[in-house]
Amino acid sequence: MHLGVSESMRECEYSQISTRSSTPMETPYKKRTPKKRKWEIFPGRNKFYCDGRVMMAKQTGVFYLTLILILVTCGLFFTFDCPFLAQQLTPVIPVSFLFDLYVSLLYFLQDVANGGTGYRPPPRTKEVVINGQTVKLKYCFTCKIFRPPRASHCSLCDNCVERFDHHCPWVGNCVGRRNYRFFYMFILSLSFLTIFIFAFVITHIILRSHQNGFLSALKDSPLVVCFFSVWSIVGLSGFHTYLISSNQTTNEDIKGSWSSKRGKDNYNPYSYGNIFTNCCACDQDQCIQSTKFVLQAAATPLLQHQSSEPVILTTSPENGGTLPGRASLALTGPCTSLPLGQPTPPTSTSSLSCHEAADKLPESVFQHHFLTPEEVPSPPGMLHCGSPMGHSHTTQAGFYDPASQDSLHEDSVRGLVKLSSV
Amino acid sequence: MATEFHNLQELRHSPSLVTKVFIQRDYSEGTMCRFQAKFPSELDNRIERTLLEETVKTLNSYYAEAEKIGGQSYLEGCLACATAYIIFLCMETRYEKVLRKISGFIQEQNEKIYAPRGLLLTDPIERGMRVLEISVFEDRGSGGSSPSSTMSSGSSAR
Repeated sequence: MHLGVSESMRECEYSQISTRSSTPMETPYKKRTPKKRKWEIFPGRNKFYCDGRVMMAKQTGVFYLTLILILVTCGLFFTFDCPFLAQQLTPVIPVSFLFDLYVSLLYFLQDVANGGTGYRPPPRTKEVVINGQTVKLKYCFTCKIFRPPRASHCSLCDNCVERFDHHCPWVGNCVGRRNYRFFYMFILSLSFLTIFIFAFVITHIILRSHQNGFLSALKDSPLVVCFFSVWSIVGLSGFHTYLISSNQTTNEDIKGSWSSKRGKDNYNPYSYGNIFTNCCACDQDQCIQSTKFVLQAAATPLLQHQSSEPVILTTSPENGGTLPGRASLALTGPCTSLPLGQPTPPTSTSSLSCHEAADKLPESVFQHHFLTPEEVPSPPGMLHCGSPMGHSHTTQAGFYDPASQDSLHEDSVRGLVKLSSV
Repeated sequence: MATEFHNLQELRHSPSLVTKVFIQRDYSEGTMCRFQAKFPSELDNRIERTLLEETVKTLNSYYAEAEKIGGQSYLEGCLACATAYIIFLCMETRYEKVLRKISGFIQEQNEKIYAPRGLLLTDPIERGMRVLEISVFEDRGSGGSSPSSTMSSGSSAR
């Protein structure tokens, strides 16, 4: 089948494929155009700062409110209580207080910087078996993906979030895989901070009242704020400690996904059964993925040719060196290696018919190697190669329409970018 | 849209991409990164079964090694926690080192095995660790149309 000459010709042709770059079909023309980041094209309801390194929900005001609340409380404590306590007891108090505050803020900012994202679900489901437990993966029409296990869609952020925990209104961001560790450290350090402030404000008041019998109203403000926040924050820390030890997300716990009340055989397939292993496993959180990889994440199951490549991003090398990449490393947090379950269903010129056609697919098809949705858009020549679906879906006429392909591609990429969480 | 124009140009001057085959994640053992070892039927006449299965198995072992929780990952975690994650500005985690190793492996596999057969593996990290994408290019064993123009555009594209 392959002659010697033609083989060398094939070699030359295929050498166009750059095995080094992620965009094998780059043309010189394309290289000249400035590449747009994925988040610039598909922002969803998120806002991006610092060149895509910081991602927040639409209501950023809440984030600033929380920050101000923390700073004001601590400022009041520092101004009114610390001088007295430093004199009376030890100067270590303000020092340790400042350190705790600094650490809390650091975690807070990193929590916000990472974020997660997501989108709304469709009735279509796919079942996978994870560690013996059947899990239903829902298809997200907005993100055009099958959500991977433990992912969920956040309507506030308008994206799918991997290992979705909850949408934190105080931070103004979703808590998901990439920023869960920062969130947990944040509430833990914040609870230490509030307990610290509360204890020393009480101490201050007691000492002062021994000396002067003087209970300044000024000292009441940090006391009052601390009193309420101590209970809520310490409670939240305890709750999340429990969640970590049982390897659940808030979402799963609230919905009772793995509760024994649902069924006798219902159990958490992600748990290792051992508290310490659960705490340490932290679901691949030990990997910190740079913004570069996250932005590159895209699935283009529909496209036959590499028209997806134009939307693929710049990232650190183009940002001028390793330092920006490293900076983004610190901010981006744990990696999001949960892949999306499925590529989008078969496409055609109109997305409506796309969904209708896909509806005819039997559930069992998705349990196979699942190339069926990708197979469908392939040219008729390839269709006969093992497409178990059987339905023709030969609306190939529209397939090579670049506009529709790009829009469909954009839709699917959108879901993926979000899921990978910039 | 400008990108559409570029795509058409690509179609004319490059080996045409026939289809993409996706190897999905295998969740049977949890959310650890594993790809299904099942051989996709579209590649039946393009590559030997054993080669692809070997590649997938090696990839799975690399990912397992990356995600392994051992002494080094504990140390990295504790150090990171103690320094409020600032340490990651200075050092690369073990996971990232293995990711680099994986991308080197995929590149090598592409050069040695897949490109000569008209296939191209895409690093899963570039697809969000969701799928292992195999791009299938047109089989031009019989010569194909305007090979000289393809070759010249190929050299310019590089």
